[in-house]
Amino acid sequence: MNYLHSIGEYFLMLKGTFHRMTKGSVLRGLILKELDDLIIGSMGIVSFLSFFIGAVVALQTALNLNNPLIPKSLVAFAARQSIILEFAPTFISIIMAGKVGSYITSSIGSMNVTEQIDALEVMGINSLNYLVFPKIVAMMFYPFVIAISMFLGILGAYTAAVFGGFVAPDLFVQGLQDDFVPFQLVYAFIKTFLFAFILATVPAYHGYYMKGGALEVGEASTTAFVWTSVVIIITNYIVTQLLLS
Amino acid sequence: MIEVKDLHKGFNGEEVLKGINFTFDRSKTNLIIGQSGSGKSVLLKCMLGLFTPEKGIIEYDGKPYAEFTDDEKKDLSKNIGMVFQGGALFDSMTVEENVLFPLRMFTKGNKKKENLERVREVLKRVNLDGTEDKMPSEISGGMQKRVSIARAIVNRPKYLFCDEPNSGLDPKTATVIDNLIQEITHEYDITTIIITHDMNSVLEIGQKIAFLKDGVLAWKGDKSQIFKTDDETVTDFVYSSDLFKKVRKAQLQGL
Repeated sequence: MNYLHSIGEYFLMLKGTFHRMTKGSVLRGLILKELDDLIIGSMGIVSFLSFFIGAVVALQTALNLNNPLIPKSLVAFAARQSIILEFAPTFISIIMAGKVGSYITSSIGSMNVTEQIDALEVMGINSLNYLVFPKIVAMMFYPFVIAISMFLGILGAYTAAVFGGFVAPDLFVQGLQDDFVPFQLVYAFIKTFLFAFILATVPAYHGYYMKGGALEVGEASTTAFVWTSVVIIITNYIVTQLLLS
Repeated sequence: MIEVKDLHKGFNGEEVLKGINFTFDRSKTNLIIGQSGSGKSVLLKCMLGLFTPEKGIIEYDGKPYAEFTDDEKKDLSKNIGMVFQGGALFDSMTVEENVLFPLRMFTKGNKKKENLERVREVLKRVNLDGTEDKMPSEISGGMQKRVSIARAIVNRPKYLFCDEPNSGLDPKTATVIDNLIQEITHEYDITTIIITHDMNSVLEIGQKIAFLKDGVLAWKGDKSQIFKTDDETVTDFVYSSDLFKKVRKAQLQGL
C-alpha cells in the first residue's frame, strides 16, 4: 500500500509541477542555473568514464577474440553496439542517478527542512513549479551529454584498439560502419529522454516529500538513488521490448 | 484584522485545533502563546492557507478565506509577510537577493532600479545596510532574523506572521527583534501575529494575547492582564520559569 501511495503522490507532484507557472524572467534564470549544475557540471565525469569504459570494452573484446576466423573489425562493431545501445544511455544514467539525483534530492530536501519551501508557498509561489520544472527543462538537454558520451566512448575504444596494436585503423572504421542500423540511435535517444525525465523527477519527489532533519536528507538521497536506478532499469527493459523486439 | 471563528483542524483522526475563536487586531502585536503541541503552529499555518481547516472560518478584513477567488488568493499572498523560526532564507542567494525576491516575483515590468532602492531602504530600516552582498551563512542568527523581517515587509504587507522570531537568540538580540517587529507593526499599520514561548516577549510586546492549551483557546487578554490572572492554566505556563516564579512570589507577598 505504501508503494501505491508513493506512486500516486509522485504523479500528483508531476501534475502540480506543470500548473501555476512561475514568472518567466525568474524561470529563465532558474533554468540556466540548473543547466549549469545538472548538465555542464556532469560533463567532466561523464567524459572521463565514457572514454575509459569505451577503451576497456574494446580491450576486452580484442583480448577475447582468439578465433582467427572472426574478423578484427568485430572489436569496433562490439564497442559501437554496446556503447550506443546500453553503455552510454543506461550505464551513464545510473551514474547520473548518483550524481545528479542525490544533488536534486539533497538540495530540495534541505530547503524542505529549513522551511524554504514553506516560505515560497506563503509568498503564493507554486514551489513544485519553482523547484522541479526548471530541473525537468534543464534535463531535456541530457541527450547532448549522452551524445558526447557515445562519441568519447567510441574514441576510447579506437584509442585502445588501434594504439594498443589490436586492430588496424581502417579495419576499426570499417567495423564501426558494419551493419549500422540508424534506428538504434533513435531508440537510444528515445530512452535517454525518458531517463532524463526520471532523473529530474524521482529524486525531486524524494526531496520534496521527505520529513525530518539533516539525517533524513541523507537517507532520502540514498533512497532516491536506489529508486531512480530501479525505475531506469525497468524503463530500459520496457522500452527495449517495445522498440527493438 | 484577521478573525478566526470556530476553527477545527486535525491530523490522522486526532483533533489539534478544537474550535478556536479569536480576533487579531490591526496595528497591534497579537501573540499566540502556549506549550509545545498546543496547536499554535497549526493555527498559524491554517491562517496562512498552508493547512485547510476541517471546519470554521478565517476572515481577512471581513472576507472569509474560503470565498477568495484564485486571483484574490494571489493578491492576499502579496499582502502577507512571514518571518520563519529559522529565518528560511534562500541559502543560494545573497542578503539583497533574498529581500529582493518577493519584489521580483510580484512586480510587473522592468522596475529593477525601484526594487533595488526599496530593498536598500528596508535593509536600512532593519539596520542591515552594508550586508547586501553577504550570503546568509556569513551573517549571525540575529542578522538572519532581521533579513527575514526585511524580506517579509519589503512588499508593504497588510499582515505579518512571525513564528518564534526570537528563538535561539541571546536575550539582548531577542529584545531588539521584538522591538523591531513592534515598531514595524505601528509604522506600517499592519496586523502582526507572533507565535512565541518567550515570556520576555510577552512582557515587551504582548498587546493582545491568545493562550492555547491542547488545541483550545484557554485564555485571552494583554500583557498587563496575563501577570494578574489567577487562571491556573495560564499561571502554570507563565510561571514555569524560575525568574517568573520569583516575580509571582513577590506579587503574592505584595512586594
